Amino acid sequence: MAVGLNHYLVLGAMLFTIGILGIFLNRRNVILIMMSIELVLLAVNVNLVAFSRFMGHVDGQIITFFVMTVAAAEAAIGLAILVAFFRNRATIDVEEIDSMKG
Amino acid sequence: MSVEMQDIHLVYMMPEILVAVMAMALLLLSAWTHKGGAGVVHWLTVLTIVGVILVIHVGEGTGTTFGGQFVTDAMSRYMKVLMCLGMIIPVIMSRDYIRAHAMDGGEYHVVSMFAMLGGMILASSGGFVILYLGLELMSLSFYVLAAWRRDDVRSGEAGLKYFVLGSMASGLLLYGISMIYGATGGATGFKEVAALLATPGIHDNQLLVLGMVMVLAGMGFKVAAAPFHMWAPDVYQGAPTPVTAFMAVMPKVAAFAALFRLVADVFAPAHGQWVGVLQLFAILSMATGAFAGLVQTDLKRLLAYSSIGHVGYILIGLVSNSAAGMQGVMVYLTIYLFMTVGVFAIIISFDRQGLGENIRDYQGLAHKQPLVAFVLAMFMFSMAGIPPLAGFIGKLNIFMAAVKAGLVPLAVLGVLFSAVSAFYYLRVVKVMYFDPADRESRVTFSGGGFLVVTMSMVLILMWGILPGDLLTWTASSVQTWH
Repeated sequence: MAVGLNHYLVLGAMLFTIGILGIFLNRRNVILIMMSIELVLLAVNVNLVAFSRFMGHVDGQIITFFVMTVAAAEAAIGLAILVAFFRNRATIDVEEIDSMKG
Repeated sequence: MSVEMQDIHLVYMMPEILVAVMAMALLLLSAWTHKGGAGVVHWLTVLTIVGVILVIHVGEGTGTTFGGQFVTDAMSRYMKVLMCLGMIIPVIMSRDYIRAHAMDGGEYHVVSMFAMLGGMILASSGGFVILYLGLELMSLSFYVLAAWRRDDVRSGEAGLKYFVLGSMASGLLLYGISMIYGATGGATGFKEVAALLATPGIHDNQLLVLGMVMVLAGMGFKVAAAPFHMWAPDVYQGAPTPVTAFMAVMPKVAAFAALFRLVADVFAPAHGQWVGVLQLFAILSMATGAFAGLVQTDLKRLLAYSSIGHVGYILIGLVSNSAAGMQGVMVYLTIYLFMTVGVFAIIISFDRQGLGENIRDYQGLAHKQPLVAFVLAMFMFSMAGIPPLAGFIGKLNIFMAAVKAGLVPLAVLGVLFSAVSAFYYLRVVKVMYFDPADRESRVTFSGGGFLVVTMSMVLILMWGILPGDLLTWTASSVQTWH
């Protein structure tokens, strides 16, 4: 069976769903949340590259590079904030991030 | 379709180039001068922004560059001036706060400028790629700004929460963009997408509708519209107060400028497919702003819910999809800017003794400092939309536009929710005027804080009675649109 556009789109949708669920269901570790965010961006890249390949268009692949670059900057900033937070609280447990409520 | 790259007219992006160059120059300057250069960086930032506002004003008409990816028009120019004000006013009024909390290394100003640069690019975006890049430049800068006070637990927590939820929203937006890219057969420029959307029959494409809704949801997150508002209260409360004042206004103006373009231009041919989503956002935002605000004890948190409510009213203007509605959005954003920075200027001036965030800190303020209490009360009345203050004019324009567009139920809901939210604004006034003072706290203004409060107060009073100028400016900014 040949792998078609729909297969890639389903793969993208699955990665996206796993990523979003990972952000909301995960109660343990902020690092896992960051990995989930990367999964969401990966899903986008899979979509873009698949569309680009099957429509014979190069734009989607170019956008993928932009997304990857921004994702790298995003991860760097997220980890920096996390380190600053860890220094204050000595934990990165999701359930401990609760000093403000209401 | 390949983008033709022959038309590069840098003149259309002069304001952005100026901000980018000056931000980088100031970063180098602050690295070389170390602590001694903090004052220089502060004043150079102020000068730069004044220069940028002047440069924005020089431009006229509509121009596109980089193959239509970057658009300058009257709407984006107006929004950019608002963004400049929304960035520089918090800097001016919080000089002492910045010094007192060791935020004056120069990087704070530089990151603020980068956030504004992202917002300006967002307002001028002519395609989905540049929209995403501008949005990310703005958001990434704001994650850093929210977590700026590294010694403060709540600031770090605010940064972390903003980062996690903001990144998720960016993912949502990007996923929507990839859907639109696929469904339109490879279009990423706004012009091409709008042209394809105008072809009959394409609206039944589920992929396309899903993409549009996801893009709108991602933008809705950035303006803190319910049901994507959950980050706002924590981030407003935890972030350093100057940052809260900054992010209460500037990113909303930028995101609304982009939404403006999407709603009135790009997605307009498929209006029926997504307008229900925006209506839902508007109603939920107004309801959240009105009811969740009732139980708050922290003033910054209260203002977060208040801003969610204001976003709901502004969304009504977008939904009505007429020139009057779009003008209403601009009028409301302008008035919202000055009300918000006015209140935050008072909070920051209180902050010298570590006070001002809890509503109880304002007990009996009317007996200790009647004039300050009066001014704060006027801001609260204006936010509640009580005539003859400017906040009323903002709401009136929006509701009139909604009624004209046949959205009477939405306008009625808006009036009802604004009546509910008046309760918590008035509670602040009641605390100031009728509760006994239980501690020796005073608001002491710095020069900048005094300037900002006075200016905001004058504008709120003036536009409440004579809104003519404001209406003329905004009308000329929408004119080129329809």
